[in-house]
Amino acid sequence: MSQIIQTFFDQEFTKISSDVVSMGDLVNQAIHNALIALIEQKSKLAQSIIDGDKEINGLRFRIEEACVQLLATQQPAAGDLRAVIASMHIAVELERMGDYAAGIAKTVILMKEEPLLKILKKIPHMGELGCAMLTDCVQAYTDRDAEKARRVVAVDSEMDQLYHSVFERLVELMAEKPDIVFRATYLMWCAHNLERIADRAVNIAERIVFMVTGDLGEFE
Amino acid sequence: MISSRISGVEAKKPIMVAHEVDFYYGPAKALNQISLEIHHQKVTAMIGPSGCGKSTFLRCLNRMNDTIPNTHVSGKILLDGMDIYAPGVDLTLLRQRVGMVFQKPNPFPQSIFDNIAFGPRILGLVRTRNELAEIVERSITRVGLWESVKDGLNQPALELPLGQQQLLCIARLLAVQPEVILMDEPASALDPIATERIESLIHELKVDYTIAIVTHNMQQAARISDFTAFFWLGDLIEFSATPIMFTRPQNELTETYITGRMG
Repeated sequence: MSQIIQTFFDQEFTKISSDVVSMGDLVNQAIHNALIALIEQKSKLAQSIIDGDKEINGLRFRIEEACVQLLATQQPAAGDLRAVIASMHIAVELERMGDYAAGIAKTVILMKEEPLLKILKKIPHMGELGCAMLTDCVQAYTDRDAEKARRVVAVDSEMDQLYHSVFERLVELMAEKPDIVFRATYLMWCAHNLERIADRAVNIAERIVFMVTGDLGEFE
Repeated sequence: MISSRISGVEAKKPIMVAHEVDFYYGPAKALNQISLEIHHQKVTAMIGPSGCGKSTFLRCLNRMNDTIPNTHVSGKILLDGMDIYAPGVDLTLLRQRVGMVFQKPNPFPQSIFDNIAFGPRILGLVRTRNELAEIVERSITRVGLWESVKDGLNQPALELPLGQQQLLCIARLLAVQPEVILMDEPASALDPIATERIESLIHELKVDYTIAIVTHNMQQAARISDFTAFFWLGDLIEFSATPIMFTRPQNELTETYITGRMG
């Protein structure tokens, strides 16, 4: 079926999807910077992540409002409906991921210049995984690639294993050396935030599968 | 990988079954091997672009096409297991059981009362004037029009506003106790308020009746129906539970049509 002109819906949805992609890139940058701020103990960089979260939050509401308007005025159906609903959900998930990045940045400021613990080496790996999952999600959203979205889940189990190993090691360290309890707890917060980032990426992947195929559900 | 799906609609037993129905206007084939089931006490919507065969199919369901010269139908249409095209079928009785509402309200140029009383009188459904008055009141009440017209039952029906005329036509149908109600674009000539009343009435009527409706308005089909049939160039492309049809249609052509991308 030849398409003579781009529908009004397509024109408007292009703006929404472009905002979703921008938001994904901003969140990815925030996670990446949060890790640098953590490893290199850079409070200024951490503060810039906290300040930058407002822009991410603003995009979330802009996307939501555009989606609500498109639903109300165009009454999309089928694939179009799923794309709008999925984009709304993805914007909310991205906003929460941005909050987790800002949460790591706040922890960096709390830690000030206390020496870091050795355990830290697994945390950057968690951060890299989180960023890679988000990158794959954004790509799958842009390409409407359900298979790529499904593959994000495999990475999440690796993330869970890393988190558990970090968690157990930190608990051990705290038991051994009570003087590092504060530092270890801060790191646990960071690791927890990274683990949650990965969970949100899985949620986004589920929304992409719904958008592309109509299958609605939780990945097992 | 995925553990749940959007649920469809629970179907009751079909009251009408079409099996491999072909229809011709002269040499031109308008319907091609249409097979579908009209489910009891459900609303079935038929959608598709102009000329796709949806109204032709609707009119096959109570043999309304018989009045058009030089037409031919083949295949089978069963009403409660009875072949409605079998020789000897009483067309008056068929159209009492399978009634029709048209796009343009068509009350008789008579009083409101006589419009409703027409069917029961012709079919001999009543013995006394009181019984007739009861049927008239019950039918008009059922479509939500009683309060508006009870003091003017002798007024000409054609003096009612268009939306009320359409409700009256539905009441006229109910007076003969049909089983299936066919509606061909019943709200397309009406304003949004009258349209909403018709749509609410359809929801309310399906408790007792089976409804098949042709509509150009896809959102109307989505709002009011349990099942949707998509017709295209005389073919039935897809027949699905409406929530499925409008969220994840199975056929690419359906997707193209309901997302407004058909060139």
